[in-house]
Amino acid sequence: MDIIYILIPLSILLIGLAVTVLFWAIKSGQFDDMDSPAHRILFDDDDQLKK
Amino acid sequence: MSQSLCFHCGEIALEGNRWNLEIDGEAQTMCCPACKAVAETIIGSGLKDYYRHRTALPDVSPQQKRSANNDVRDELKLYDEPAIQQSFVQRFDRSNTETEQAEAEAVLVISGISCAACAWLIEHRLNQLEHVVSVNLNLTTHRLLIRWLDDEVKLSQIFEEIHQLGYQAHPFSATEAEQQRIQESKTAFRRLAVAGFATMQVMMLSVPLYVGAMQGILAQYEIFLRAASMLFATFVVLYSARPFFSAALRDLRTRHLTMDVPVSIAILLAYFASVWSTVNQGPEIYFDSVCMFTFFLLTGRFFEMRARHRMTQAGNNLLDLMPSAAIKSTSAGDIVIASSDIQIDDLLLIKPGQQIPADGIIESGSSAVDEAALTGEYLPIDKIVGDRLIGGTHNVESQLLMRVTATGVDAELNTIMRLMDRAQQEKPAIAIFADKVASRFVAAVLIIATIIAISWWFIDPSQAFWITLAVLVVTCPCALSLATPTALTAATASLREQGFLISKGHVLEGLNQIDRIVFDKTGTLTRGELSLEQTLAVSDDVSLTSQQALKIAATLEQYSNHPIARAFSYVGHFETDNIEQVTGKGVEGRLLNIDNCKDMVYRIGRADFAFPQQPLSPPIDDERQWLLLADNHQPLYWFALSDTLRQGASATIGQLKNWGIKVSILTGDPSAQVEAVAKALHIDDVYKGLSPAEKLEQASTWQQQGERLMMVGDGINDVPTLARADIAVAIGQASDLTKTNADAVITNNSLTTLLHAINKGKKSTRVIRQNIYWALLYNLLALPLAATGFIPPWAAAIGMSVSSLIVVGNALRLLSSDKQFSNNRFTDKQFN
Repeated sequence: MDIIYILIPLSILLIGLAVTVLFWAIKSGQFDDMDSPAHRILFDDDDQLKK
Repeated sequence: MSQSLCFHCGEIALEGNRWNLEIDGEAQTMCCPACKAVAETIIGSGLKDYYRHRTALPDVSPQQKRSANNDVRDELKLYDEPAIQQSFVQRFDRSNTETEQAEAEAVLVISGISCAACAWLIEHRLNQLEHVVSVNLNLTTHRLLIRWLDDEVKLSQIFEEIHQLGYQAHPFSATEAEQQRIQESKTAFRRLAVAGFATMQVMMLSVPLYVGAMQGILAQYEIFLRAASMLFATFVVLYSARPFFSAALRDLRTRHLTMDVPVSIAILLAYFASVWSTVNQGPEIYFDSVCMFTFFLLTGRFFEMRARHRMTQAGNNLLDLMPSAAIKSTSAGDIVIASSDIQIDDLLLIKPGQQIPADGIIESGSSAVDEAALTGEYLPIDKIVGDRLIGGTHNVESQLLMRVTATGVDAELNTIMRLMDRAQQEKPAIAIFADKVASRFVAAVLIIATIIAISWWFIDPSQAFWITLAVLVVTCPCALSLATPTALTAATASLREQGFLISKGHVLEGLNQIDRIVFDKTGTLTRGELSLEQTLAVSDDVSLTSQQALKIAATLEQYSNHPIARAFSYVGHFETDNIEQVTGKGVEGRLLNIDNCKDMVYRIGRADFAFPQQPLSPPIDDERQWLLLADNHQPLYWFALSDTLRQGASATIGQLKNWGIKVSILTGDPSAQVEAVAKALHIDDVYKGLSPAEKLEQASTWQQQGERLMMVGDGINDVPTLARADIAVAIGQASDLTKTNADAVITNNSLTTLLHAINKGKKSTRVIRQNIYWALLYNLLALPLAATGFIPPWAAAIGMSVSSLIVVGNALRLLSSDKQFSNNRFTDKQFN
């Protein structure tokens, strides 16, 4: 069971990393618009006119 | 259904197939040329998928908008003026951009977006334009961020493109409050995320600890697992839970016990007891409870904040109502200036259809002015030289030259704002049931805990601390403090789907306590626009059919900005040459190619104008607006126009009275139409012709008699009363200023929504009470057991979690939407 002495600190590190990435994402405005990207991906398919 | 509906906007197509448009080889019905033009633009740019993707019809049919701005192109040109652009366009010179050309960027607020496909449509259309660098439309805030090559594209072209798709764009510049909102929402999200991550981890670490407590665990592992849990809980307490502590401190300073106080005490006590237990190898830790509890509470508050922001962010601030540009008439000619540069004694030129930029007096010209937003009068008022104009109202008929008498802080609009500020300070607070219970509960628990600690000190000092802690944990107000927020969150979410957007927490509980509902008339009980109610032939020997007469009327009125013209806008036109408007009287014109009588001159308007040969009076003497259509030889038809009642108005009033709620009308409109509306709705208590200050006064009189008031309104003149009312509700079409001052907004423009809301308010009050009584009962049962030392701390923790989950589950029942008063837009309009 001594493996938990490595695994738990490792998981703490990983969580720290995840939180850092999330904070960065919040700061760079990726969560400002929670609605449109979800819809946008559904619409972009077939026939579109190019510029 | 025998009538066909417009493919684009879903309105009834009155002219059948006249405006058909071929889409994918199939002829589709359009109701009017405006819809057809919009649909053509969409199809022509290869974006017909819009019709496949959309899940909601356009909010406003293009034809309603068209008549409002005939010369929209001229108006949009104003946005090219540097003076106007200064406030919302940001420029980048060529050295700073990827394209190596000068670029400009602006944020525009788009109105008329009803579903995600609208955003798709606008983005793609603008992306097709040459020299547009990037486009991004935010579906939550309806804001468009657009960047273009400054030397190649004019901003007015972009505005025009958006207009052609049937939407309207307004410049947007972020205010300070807006910046704060963004900051607040980011911080709240971060706190929530930390609490969420930590809760998951601590829960995971708790499983071996729970198992260990039952089957035995080596001390070294137990210490290690507890230490790891402590690390996560420390972040939660220090970072995520901080808003509770600061709120509790503030409440203690003002000597006022709210729910934040017991919440903070519970978090801190459980945390420090667990820390002590970790260090000294005590019997139990509560880090999992601390994290979970904080996470649940933060989630509730996060959603509440989102709802509050959603309401304010779609709009701007007050001065939205003010046009951002004005035309100044000087000896050197007319120049366009920003409205912030207007000086007293300036001469301003105001075109028909424009907003009046400041208070002033007419120097030359005469016109009708629509003051509905400020006074509640539904018909425009005729104004001549020397009459006063109020900033923020609309010039309807013809060009005016005005001399400015007051700008900025002195203007009439700002007087109303000051009135509003004062009213807001006097707004009575609705007693929140949970807060009342909370303060007594906290006091009781603290006293009991002290007594228990002292008694055990005498019985068995070694057990005193742990038993006192168990008492405090058992009585931890988790369930109690979750009781209200969870119920409110669920009810608010369900009401939002039904078209009632709540922005302040007290609304749901307050709905249950309302004694009197005060309605504004124009735009609230009525739709705020004229529509045709009746067509009558003057005599039997008139050869025209009523259909022809209507069409002639529509032809004559087609270029007018007057609200009367809008009533005819859905009818088709004949060919004409030369149409002349006579201010305050009517319209005259020569029509070509009418089937049996060629090239006749027709007049429509007041009876003495349309047919001056002989005095005529309307066939029915009522308070509606009667118009006469006549040719040179004889009077032809009477048209009765009126401001019709809003959908569901009489059903709503009837039900409100059934519930024993008193109903009153407070309106600024002095006309006799008020009585007609009151009679139709069976409302006896009517006050008309009131100024904003008088409305406020009447509302406070009721409040002083101990009544709880709900005010439903839409105009600027309602704003002070809204600010004062216990609960303020705005109609969705109201100005932004009105909406920001309301506690809730009816977004689907149907008054029956009020019934849903009140019903839901009653239900949520019931659920909140059930929750609170359950929480108190649980605490009462557990307290004696804990005090006598029968409950081991782990059982206390489980009991606490279960009681919290029961509370949350009970609140979730509020999510279901009741169909009792269902009256949705979608049932009225067939959707394809």
